[in-house]
Amino acid sequence: MIPSQFDYHAPSTLPEALKLLTQYGDSAKVLSGGQSLLPLLKLRLGAAGHLIDIGRIPGLDQIREEGGTLRIGGLVREAALERSEVVRAKYPILLDTASVIADPLVRNRATVGGNLAHGDPGNDHPATMLALGASVVAHGPKGERVIPIDKFFVGLFTTALQPDEILTEIRIPAPGPRSGGAYVKLERKVGDYATAGAAVQLSLGGGVVEKIGIALTNAGPTPVRVAAAEARLRGKKPDAAGIAAAAAMAGEAAQPSADRRGSVEYKKNMARVLTARAIQKALERAGGR
Amino acid sequence: MSTHRIKVTVNGTVQEAEVEARLLLVHFLRENLRLTGTHIGCDTTHCGACTVLLDGEPTKSCTVLAVQADGRQVRTVEGLEQGGKLHPVQEGFVEKHGLQCGYCTPGMMMTACALLAHNKNPSEQDIREAISGNLCRCTGYVNIVRAVQHAASRMQET
Amino acid sequence: MADTQEPKTDAKICGMGHSMKRKEDPRFIRGQGRYVDDIVLPGMLYMDIVRSPFAHAKINKIDTAKALKVPGVLAVIDGPTLAKYNLHWMPTLSADTQMVLPIDEVMYQSQEVCAVIATSRYAAADGVDAVEVDYEPLPVMVDPFESLKPGAPVLRKDKKDKKDNLAFHWEAGDRAATDKAFASADVVVAEDIYLPRIHVASMETCGCVADFNPAEGKLTVYMTTQAPHAVRTVVALVAGHVGLSEEKIRIVSPDIGGGFGGKVPVYPGYVIAIAASVVIGKPVKWIEDRMENLQADSFARDYHMHTEIASKKDGTMIGLRIKTIADHGYTNASANPSKFPAGLFSICTGSYDFKQAFCEVDAAYTHKPPGGVAYRCSFRVTEAVHAVERIADVLAQKLGMDPAEIRMKNFIPKEKFPYKSVLGWEYDSGDYAPALRKAMDLVGYEALRKEQAEKRARGELMGIGVCSFVEIVGAGPSKQFDILGLKMFDSAEIRVHPTGKAIVRLGTKSQGQGHETTYAQIVAEELGIPAANVQVEEGDTDTAPYGLGTYASRSTPTSGAAAAMAARKLRDKAKKLAAHLLECSPDDLVWEPGKFSVKGSPQRSKTIQDCVFAAYTNYPQGMEPGFEASWYYDPPNLTFPFGSYIAVVDIDRGTGMVKVRRFVAIDDCGNIINPMIVEGQIHGGLTQGLAPALFEEMNYDENGNNQNGSFMDYLLPTAVETPAWEVGRTITPSPHHPLGAKGVAESPTVGAPPAIANAVVDALSHLGVTHVDIPITPEKVWKILKEKGAAE
Repeated sequence: MIPSQFDYHAPSTLPEALKLLTQYGDSAKVLSGGQSLLPLLKLRLGAAGHLIDIGRIPGLDQIREEGGTLRIGGLVREAALERSEVVRAKYPILLDTASVIADPLVRNRATVGGNLAHGDPGNDHPATMLALGASVVAHGPKGERVIPIDKFFVGLFTTALQPDEILTEIRIPAPGPRSGGAYVKLERKVGDYATAGAAVQLSLGGGVVEKIGIALTNAGPTPVRVAAAEARLRGKKPDAAGIAAAAAMAGEAAQPSADRRGSVEYKKNMARVLTARAIQKALERAGGR
Repeated sequence: MSTHRIKVTVNGTVQEAEVEARLLLVHFLRENLRLTGTHIGCDTTHCGACTVLLDGEPTKSCTVLAVQADGRQVRTVEGLEQGGKLHPVQEGFVEKHGLQCGYCTPGMMMTACALLAHNKNPSEQDIREAISGNLCRCTGYVNIVRAVQHAASRMQET
Repeated sequence: MADTQEPKTDAKICGMGHSMKRKEDPRFIRGQGRYVDDIVLPGMLYMDIVRSPFAHAKINKIDTAKALKVPGVLAVIDGPTLAKYNLHWMPTLSADTQMVLPIDEVMYQSQEVCAVIATSRYAAADGVDAVEVDYEPLPVMVDPFESLKPGAPVLRKDKKDKKDNLAFHWEAGDRAATDKAFASADVVVAEDIYLPRIHVASMETCGCVADFNPAEGKLTVYMTTQAPHAVRTVVALVAGHVGLSEEKIRIVSPDIGGGFGGKVPVYPGYVIAIAASVVIGKPVKWIEDRMENLQADSFARDYHMHTEIASKKDGTMIGLRIKTIADHGYTNASANPSKFPAGLFSICTGSYDFKQAFCEVDAAYTHKPPGGVAYRCSFRVTEAVHAVERIADVLAQKLGMDPAEIRMKNFIPKEKFPYKSVLGWEYDSGDYAPALRKAMDLVGYEALRKEQAEKRARGELMGIGVCSFVEIVGAGPSKQFDILGLKMFDSAEIRVHPTGKAIVRLGTKSQGQGHETTYAQIVAEELGIPAANVQVEEGDTDTAPYGLGTYASRSTPTSGAAAAMAARKLRDKAKKLAAHLLECSPDDLVWEPGKFSVKGSPQRSKTIQDCVFAAYTNYPQGMEPGFEASWYYDPPNLTFPFGSYIAVVDIDRGTGMVKVRRFVAIDDCGNIINPMIVEGQIHGGLTQGLAPALFEEMNYDENGNNQNGSFMDYLLPTAVETPAWEVGRTITPSPHHPLGAKGVAESPTVGAPPAIANAVVDALSHLGVTHVDIPITPEKVWKILKEKGAAE
């Protein structure tokens, strides 16, 4: 319940924060919402000699849609995402996702940036961002770089972020007309990590699925993008057989570990069931069924 | 191990202290300030017994460092009663028997206060979702929902 | 049978039947409750415990060098230190023995190994982290069936002549006659029913502040305990040889954040803190964190019940037979009455008029934490009722009978009460059919069956589960009940001050049940003093009369009766005082709540307040002054509340998730003191019944590693998972209780799990499913659906 001792820094600018990350190297950890990091420290499961709290850096908590891109600052709290008008109107998949992360109290602190940067395949945003084809902006000592989401999740608790970089923004291409997305999560109770979770974002055109992204939560050491399932539906009319086939592929692609949430067999089947449901919901929202 | 001088406004009063970096906000409130109304019920950020309002938002104070609250506003259960007058949420909990052992109650009430500040007329489902981060073992939640509904209707009268 | 109860007093006096707002609420809603961790004493030290990561291991060495160098750490207490005072082992409440701290061997994961004393909570935690223990893991026994096999390695090598792992064998009933009934039956069905380990997980964990004052030789322990007097006596007996004498021991149970049985046992942490305080001469605070609470404290259930029922082909139940293997952990530390090591399991004949029944329990030692009855279970009644209510449904299914119909057919009829069950209990009163009928009406049973048939035709899964239970609470009569020899009476002491205000102290101890309100209402009922003017205190052994505490729904049946009897004694005295004041004979007086008046001349009257004042100022010659009475109540029998519950569930064929659509609970606890409080208890108990039915279990892998040791994996339902409970009542008073009241708060934890389990099986019965063990997780259901070809 009580963390080991550490040093705490609260830089008020991004350059200051980056300087501290460089200075303390391996023993530094970024503190964003703290809802993943602090629980680990309290159980003395992760060591951190220096906490770099980026929560006081201004300008990282904005949600803006401009030039065909939704820009979410790294420090945007999940609760703010839930309340955002543009998210509610145009990105229901993000609302689906934010509203099932942990519980409402945790969402008042947890940040979207932290949810991605932690590299936990059990977190909910990674699959959604994969389905949305998002990109992540990282700031380091050498400046800013944009990382496509497909390259972002490298391994268990490992992202493409370098130790001296901070995730400052997430960029999501604005969906076209006749778009729809949904995130469906199976959890044992409110507040739990996903037993299985499926994110689907698609757009329709000319009676067929034009664009589609399908990704899974807690289905392996990183979030799983199911390219085969996408290919099965892309360019085709979204009929029951197609949806079932794509969902089955998602079940195949899932490589979950057995734990208290379920056996491998159950979780793979739930990936299938939830993918089908997410596709159906996304189609409904796209006005396509 | 760094120590820090912090200034936290708690229930309207600025509290200054020198604290270890690792001091949890809940311990700062309970032990440094002797405000023991905020309780600890778990060690994995699940139970919500430690809920306080941090800049108006209901927050699990066991998963916030005291240093993170520097310069911020905290409201605890002790700050609900104003000038000898109970907050409608407090009244609702008594009227509708929304508490039994009282241990989860401060956290529940802080969450309820924040809910009613955002949503003046919450449905039963809204209330259940809003308090889904606060565990109770005694009441079975039915009377807690009724307590919040009672408070909502009182607050709409005034 | 009635279902309303008109109060006999007005709202001002607020006696029985009024939904009085709780007198204890004002401090709780202001955050001014005084729980153990709120207590700070001058010079107080903090204790934290090093715990074993292994379920069974030899301790080769405990190296405290680094720990003692941590700033703020003062000492590390280990088994050998306690052994100097013969405190390293202690008796359990079931007269077995338990380690306080080990000398050389640990017997369960999370067992206490040594304790760090420091000047701050944070330093104590750092100290624990710095202790280095050299363990040698040993073979682990976690299967109670394996443990009881001949030739199994003996776990309790500390018991000199023990050659097996049988903690006890217990049985009730006539085995031969029951076997005969089974042999002659038309139909016999059997199921293996397992109730897994669960943990009570009250929102406040356990802890204490032990404060030994060397100058006075007095030990005060502020403690999360449901039974402060019993603890005081046990401490005096166990530690008497180190100079602690019972009149110099004070146990204070302040505000308790939920007990549910989990705060009855004497945990090693308390004893170590007491020893530390005695040795150091300063107050020592020990507060366990949640993971310690879940992983080391007393659990509940863990009963493997092979359950059989015999019937005629028309559904008349003629015999019940249950063989149970009980997993008790490494020692029997359950808080059962001494003659009932399997608690009140022999209530398993339930609501039905069985002519023959036999049950037996074999308890096994395993490498798990000790305990067994700590979760709102009334001493194993949850187990007994789960078995009989599940097997009743299995029988109904076999016979093609509706579950409500088979129950109605077999209920003990009203005329047979007081009813002597074949296993020896005398049920005080009961009227089961109207309660079931009322539940059926409230839920709309017939319409639901129709809906189920329609849904089934479409392949949708919906179930309706019935449970009609009998509870047995109020332990208990001295001829049968004691804990460690202490008889299970309870007490009340009433003193009324000259200005007519009262203070009542009792031997029970509320942990949220509202005693400060309900006992005041009892006194108001009997004496006519407004409940608002009756101060209720419990929990301080220096002032409260001796009692066995609050658990197993015993408070109303014991101390509630004591309060009524003491109040009646005082009313008799008041009558004499009134007669003295009115200059008449006591026989000329009539009583109405709060007032005596002369028969035929109602204007000649004296209020109870007049009488009380006279007890101090103007009493007849020869009368003892003052206005005070106490009563130690030895109940003549237990009380037998009952009820019928109906659950309606819908099952998602894709995920296996069970959703409780509706739940109707009809409870009968006799005459009711405060309907609002009773209803609140039902809501809470139903939720603690839903939890084991669908969510909670405490599992161990083959190495004895706890699999559900935090709230991450020990799943407590939130407000979203919990349905909107629908509750109602019937009222069948207890003929022997002075107020006609029974206990109630554990009925819902007893009745809800079988109702929900029955509903799920009912939803799947057309697929050939006869039984599912709780917790009914989505995966369990999904596996069944897959196997039966019914999954999405």
